[in-house]
Amino acid sequence: MSVVLRAQGLHKILAGDVPTTLIKGVDLEISAGEFVCIMGPSGSGKSSLLYLLGLLDVPTHGTIALDGVNTQGFNDAQLTQLRLEKLGFVFQFHFLLSEFSVLDNVCLPMRRLGRWPEAQCRERAMSLLTRLGVAAQASKLPSQLSGGQRQRVAVARALANDPLILLADEPTGNLDTVASANVRQILHDLTRELGKSVIAVTHDPKFAAGADRRINVVDGQIDPDWQPL
Amino acid sequence: MIALNIAWTHLTSRKRQTAVSLVGVVLGVAFFLAVSALMRGSEKDFITRLIDNSPHITVSDEFRTARLQPARLRWPDDLVEIAGLRPKNETRGIRGWRYRLGQIDSLPGLRAAPVLVGSAVLLFAGQEQGISLSGILPARMRGVSTIEEKLVEGSLDDLEANPGGIIIGAGLAEKFSLRLGSTVNLVAGGGSNRSLTVVAIFRTGNAGYDESQTYVLLKRAQLLLGRPDRVNRFIIKLADASQALLVANRIEAMGTYKAVSWAEASEDILNVLFVRNVIMYSVVSAILLVASFGIYNTLSTIVMEKTRDIAILKSVGFQARDIRHIFVLEGLIVGTLGSVLGLAVGAGLMQLMASVQIRPPGGTAMVNLPVWWGGEQFLMAAGFALLSCLLAAWLPARKAGRLHPVDILRGAT
Repeated sequence: MSVVLRAQGLHKILAGDVPTTLIKGVDLEISAGEFVCIMGPSGSGKSSLLYLLGLLDVPTHGTIALDGVNTQGFNDAQLTQLRLEKLGFVFQFHFLLSEFSVLDNVCLPMRRLGRWPEAQCRERAMSLLTRLGVAAQASKLPSQLSGGQRQRVAVARALANDPLILLADEPTGNLDTVASANVRQILHDLTRELGKSVIAVTHDPKFAAGADRRINVVDGQIDPDWQPL
Repeated sequence: MIALNIAWTHLTSRKRQTAVSLVGVVLGVAFFLAVSALMRGSEKDFITRLIDNSPHITVSDEFRTARLQPARLRWPDDLVEIAGLRPKNETRGIRGWRYRLGQIDSLPGLRAAPVLVGSAVLLFAGQEQGISLSGILPARMRGVSTIEEKLVEGSLDDLEANPGGIIIGAGLAEKFSLRLGSTVNLVAGGGSNRSLTVVAIFRTGNAGYDESQTYVLLKRAQLLLGRPDRVNRFIIKLADASQALLVANRIEAMGTYKAVSWAEASEDILNVLFVRNVIMYSVVSAILLVASFGIYNTLSTIVMEKTRDIAILKSVGFQARDIRHIFVLEGLIVGTLGSVLGLAVGAGLMQLMASVQIRPPGGTAMVNLPVWWGGEQFLMAAGFALLSCLLAAWLPARKAGRLHPVDILRGAT
């Protein structure tokens, strides 16, 4: 299987009076269609690693190659363009734009990318919402939806531009058990169906159980021996 | 367009705040317009009075520079020294005035009248008063001078019909209790004297003028002043007063006589008016600047409230530039709407002011507030409003563009 994301010697050090090291020396590879979970204790640097892999943040040292493109030295605009084209994000909180309808929220990345005409954007958005079982909510505002529904809309938005990799930061962390199971199921099934790679930070062992691979992060380093309590 | 869509949504989702900043811009633009219209109106009014009470251009029998000596004309580039020089006596008056007047008449957009100006003493019932005597051709004078409109009794035709007639000002008439038909005695500089009949009385509102200016027929003045067939002044009225300087220069280039435009004669007053305009525009612009703080305030609040949205947009793939556009657009929307509404309200204010009649303290007549409906101040008001809105929006927009999604994500999760 081809490698879609390769990270080498990643370090992230926050400057300050006392510099804080968040990530020290992480190397990893993600293959196409692979479902990877990042686990670890609180404050171990899981989210920081995800932000680096998602090109939201720039490593202090080390390189990240996305789809064969080495991003070292890329400026903010170039990284943003890569995120737009190749990555999709789902966060712990749904992070939908509250003034826009569900459909508009899903269309947002497509409109920015401009690859499809408006009618096709809506068509694509509707088909994603249908797959995620929230098509009936398309014209509602996010505030009118339940937590699980919002998170499914967020997944639809993350998939809107047909990304290579879906990055999720505790996607079920803020949901009750039923909604959580539902979102977990959808993420697993849909991404396999669509052949997307997934990198998900999670605390949820059930979530991790369905993953192809588990990466444990402890104190900013990969630790294969760590076990969740 | 997504940026416009988001901008519009931001504004409409906090209607009250948007309305307050909008009202600020509307009032700013309206006041800018109303005040500048009034100030420019009064300026135009002032200039009109200034221009109307004197000719646009006066050609007199003087020269701008002393006449060159023949020796200097012969060797213009060499050093010529002439000792004991005394210019030769000049006969006063414009030489060949009929020919020169014809030349001036051939220029487009103007009317000219020949005048012989001299001084005389008016005697009546044992009192005397020094006066300025103008010999005129009444037919020529019409449309050149405003004297006909200022006549309160009699007419220019009465002067034309009566070679022994004189037109005097209301001040002089009151001082000597003269009426139409009164006979006065005039002693001119040359010593000749003649009794004349008052055929018309004018009132300009300028006391000095009303007390000492008189008009007689040109022929009569030439006889009285002992200068047959002479005039010493052309007074010229232009269709467009602003061309005065240009036309004056052309006239001066045609002959050698000095042609003074109203703009040159009143340069000091025009300078004062210019300074006044600068002051006025700075003050009304300050109003708009203050109004733009409302926009700055609103947009800064939106940026603060919307940090999460900004983080989402950036993580989804919106560039810093896209984010800036959103907020600059919000400023532009408020600025454009505010300008349009402000221009409408301002025009209403101007209409209202134009309809107000005021009796100035100590005045006798009701006066309308002079309002100038010039297009340039509409453009200036709208342009300046947009500019300050853009500036007010730029700062929050730049801040929004610089927000780092990770900082916000860390804070939220």
